[in-house]
Amino acid sequence: MNYTTGEPIRDTKAPAGPIEDRWDTRRFSAKLVNPANKRKLTVIVVGTGLAGGSAAATLGELGYKVKSFCYQDSPRRAHSIAAQGGINAAKNYRGDGDSIHRLFYDTVKGGDFRARESNVYRLAQVSVNIIDQAVAQGVPFAREYGGLLDTRSFGGAQVSRTFYARGQTGQQLLLGAYQALERQIAAGTVEMHTRHEMLDLVISGGRARGVIVRDLVTGEIETHLADAVVLATGGYGNVFFLSTNAKGCNTTAIWRAHRRGAYFGNPCYTQIHPTCIPVSGEYQSKLTLMSESLRNDGRVWVPVTAGDSRAPGDIPESDRDYYLERIYPAFGNLVPRDIASRAAKNVCDEGRGVGPGGLGVYLDFADAIARLGRDAVEKKYGNLFEMYERITGEDPYTRPMRIYPAVHYTMGGLWVDYDLQSTIPGLFVIGEANFSDHGANRLGASALMQGLADGYFVLPTTIGDYLAGGPFGEVGKADVDEALGQVTGKIGRLLSVGGTRTADSFHRELGKLMWDHCGMERTEEGLRKALERIPELREEFWNNVKVPGDEEGLNQALERAGRVADFFDLAELMCLDALHRTESCGGHFRAESQTEDGEALRDDDGFAYVAAWEYGQDGTPVLHKEELDYEYVKMTQRSYK
Amino acid sequence: MNLTLKVWRQNGPGDAGRMVTYQVTDVSPDMSFLEMLDVLNERLILEGDDPVAFDHDCREGICGMCGMVINGVAHGEQRATTTCQLHMRHFEDGATVTIEPWRAAPFPVIKDLVVDRGSFDRIIQAGGFVSVPAGSAPDAHSVPVKKENADAAFDAATCIGCGACVAACPNGSASLFTGAKITHLGLLPQGQPERDSRALAMVEQMDLEGFGGCTNTGECTAVCPKGISLDVIAQMNRDYLKAAK
Ligand SMILES: Cc1cc2nc3c(=O)[nH]c(=O)nc-3n(C[C@H](O)[C@H](O)[C@H](O)COP(=O)(O)OP(=O)(O)OC[C@H]3O[C@@H](n4cnc5c(N)ncnc54)[C@H](O)[C@@H]3O)c2cc1C
Ligand code: SF4
Ligand code: FES
Repeated sequence: MNYTTGEPIRDTKAPAGPIEDRWDTRRFSAKLVNPANKRKLTVIVVGTGLAGGSAAATLGELGYKVKSFCYQDSPRRAHSIAAQGGINAAKNYRGDGDSIHRLFYDTVKGGDFRARESNVYRLAQVSVNIIDQAVAQGVPFAREYGGLLDTRSFGGAQVSRTFYARGQTGQQLLLGAYQALERQIAAGTVEMHTRHEMLDLVISGGRARGVIVRDLVTGEIETHLADAVVLATGGYGNVFFLSTNAKGCNTTAIWRAHRRGAYFGNPCYTQIHPTCIPVSGEYQSKLTLMSESLRNDGRVWVPVTAGDSRAPGDIPESDRDYYLERIYPAFGNLVPRDIASRAAKNVCDEGRGVGPGGLGVYLDFADAIARLGRDAVEKKYGNLFEMYERITGEDPYTRPMRIYPAVHYTMGGLWVDYDLQSTIPGLFVIGEANFSDHGANRLGASALMQGLADGYFVLPTTIGDYLAGGPFGEVGKADVDEALGQVTGKIGRLLSVGGTRTADSFHRELGKLMWDHCGMERTEEGLRKALERIPELREEFWNNVKVPGDEEGLNQALERAGRVADFFDLAELMCLDALHRTESCGGHFRAESQTEDGEALRDDDGFAYVAAWEYGQDGTPVLHKEELDYEYVKMTQRSYK
Repeated sequence: MNLTLKVWRQNGPGDAGRMVTYQVTDVSPDMSFLEMLDVLNERLILEGDDPVAFDHDCREGICGMCGMVINGVAHGEQRATTTCQLHMRHFEDGATVTIEPWRAAPFPVIKDLVVDRGSFDRIIQAGGFVSVPAGSAPDAHSVPVKKENADAAFDAATCIGCGACVAACPNGSASLFTGAKITHLGLLPQGQPERDSRALAMVEQMDLEGFGGCTNTGECTAVCPKGISLDVIAQMNRDYLKAAK
């Protein structure tokens, strides 16, 4: 696959001046919409996770007419519900030296200096309000006996700034946003469309003006128009088939927007989470994450000698390698995710992995149980231990857990400016669906923070500035018809192939290809192989997929096939992006670019930019570079040793 | 292992529906129940049959989307488990397994095992929230909350809205679900200002949706994947009576 290089992106709309003042400056300069006019403006919000749910609720409260969509049967089921560990905020309630500046610094550094300073600073500022908002909504965060909020520390940070609700933080935060959303639905400001999937974007007069959706129950294709469109459709980790994402997560919404002109930022940045339950068989449909907070007390090890097949309890201390503690004494088991994941891969590549297939390492609680007692460990991690036992049939109190890295989060997504607006005017993108704020690697407990910052605080301000220019008049009928034609054409094509393979079987094969060549470690050779194979596989898909049923009524196989079709195109762009970035950074490890002791080697002179890809005229991608300047954080080689 | 499945097939809301028998072979004990159904569906697609429709998403026991009645029990016989977290190692080789959708008038069947649980959202719309606009919240530490209350509120708040309680109840009552939300918010200082109006409105909505009354049978808590306790129903009744006075 070829690409060309286009004009660099020069203006990200971030105000100039001291970084502490930029958000205030932007808020003050944003035009306001008068309350009577808000009622006349419609905003479509696709997605009801933390980002979309909080945005739709807030926009509704502000007085806009909101139309909200999700593919599940209720907004409460969005994938955000699954987040376990917690949410960061620079409250410094512990007095352990935390501050907005430190959270900003940790996030920029954790992202391996590939995130925008202005955005990250704002995120750290707003984090403080998120906790206040959630508590006021009745989110039952963990508390101390004195009645104040409890916090814990998370991978990549040395202060205790993570707020949590047992192992179900995402659930409780999402229910808070969901309840706020339901309140607006009852108030009539938000019109909710559940079991509706967005399949294309309507652009008219150069602006995003609506969406084409399929009612998943009746099969009907509907057009919904608005003055602005917000995409909050989550990440695309399911391109790998096996991931910790919910089964339905997909790329269709953002990929369709990309096809219509929205740039795609850093598609190759994928976060691999170090503590997931290893794959157990061919039939496997997804992987389950074990919260990173387990690494606060659990110790990670493998046998010293390759091929040591004794039961873990029979391996004496002297024959164990606590490799994280050995290689990274300062952070030990709490090194950031990219480091922990790669270290696990390395020991398994040396043949020292444990469990079936040798793709696993131990996460051992024996010391913690001896030190704190079983009760204390159970109190802290009980539900996670139970989940582990349920899935593996092994008891983690008496036998160390087996864990292995798995695809977890995508830092790439649609490119947005400081206002969270994409390159299509009127199309805003929030939460995991955009590329912003995390750079090449996301620190734990930061995605929830970003989703809610975007939805409750940032978007409602910046979108107002855009909407102040509205209403934007009639939407061209030809524009709607064209989008409708695309959607019905694709569905018709899928149903008419009548081949001999299921969409899932293609998805599995694509996923394996991506994991092997665009996963934890990438090489030029592997990426070239993938770029050769993906088009072949896509061709076979379009000639040999079998989609049962018709376009009417509930047809889950059709839904899946449509999503897989888009994953093919995205997969290709991911590999191209990974191939062109001949440096290692964060979640992108190019084997050709490493230090002598095997750590990621960045190339700041060559690659300190965001790669924003445009869908070119004939499908040839065009690369636009947004240079990253670091005024407040000095770029340094990350070291956790 | 090999299993005989008897699955409820229903083309749409208007269809009468019937049980259809399928054989599945090569089931691994490590598979989840939904993965076992995936295997069946892959085969049905290739054979030109209509795959079995069922709801699911997270497959981690947290989104509340999956749910079916397995051998007569909502989410299957293993206690405190969602269908997606139920694994085949709990079944015997050669067993016959019956699979049906939630059955309750306020949960109409959409297709096969998929039902419409929109009535739950409408119960929340009636008052299952705290009215707090974004940007107006006081500092989170300005109101301390007793740890016991925070923990108990959390226990009630873990309801995933799956609807198993309704499916298991002989009266088709939604009291466990509704009581869980009323208890969660009622235990926190933030929930106090709207406590009375919330209890009245949510209970009223539950009745409007056609859910039955609670007669303390306890089937709901027995199948609840999150172990929500019957106490939440008592709490709901107390709040309701107090508010109705
Ligand atoms: C297992 C797990 C644990 C995690 N733990 C943590 C943690 O502890 N801390 C943390 O900070 N982060 C965590 N994360 C990451 C975090 O949960 C996600 O990044 C975040 O929740 C994404 O939120 P979102 O609102 O952007 O998208 P989502 O919650 O994924 O919501 C996407 C929404 O878009 C809708 N949608 C998608 N496509 C369409 C379409 N085409 N048409 C209509 N609707 C559509 C869906 O229905 C859904 O409502 C975790 C992630 C996983 C997988
Ligand atoms: S109370 Fe239990 S069974 Fe009922 S909806 Fe909630 S989690 Fe499901
Ligand atoms: S699929 Fe989410 S709870 Fe079962």
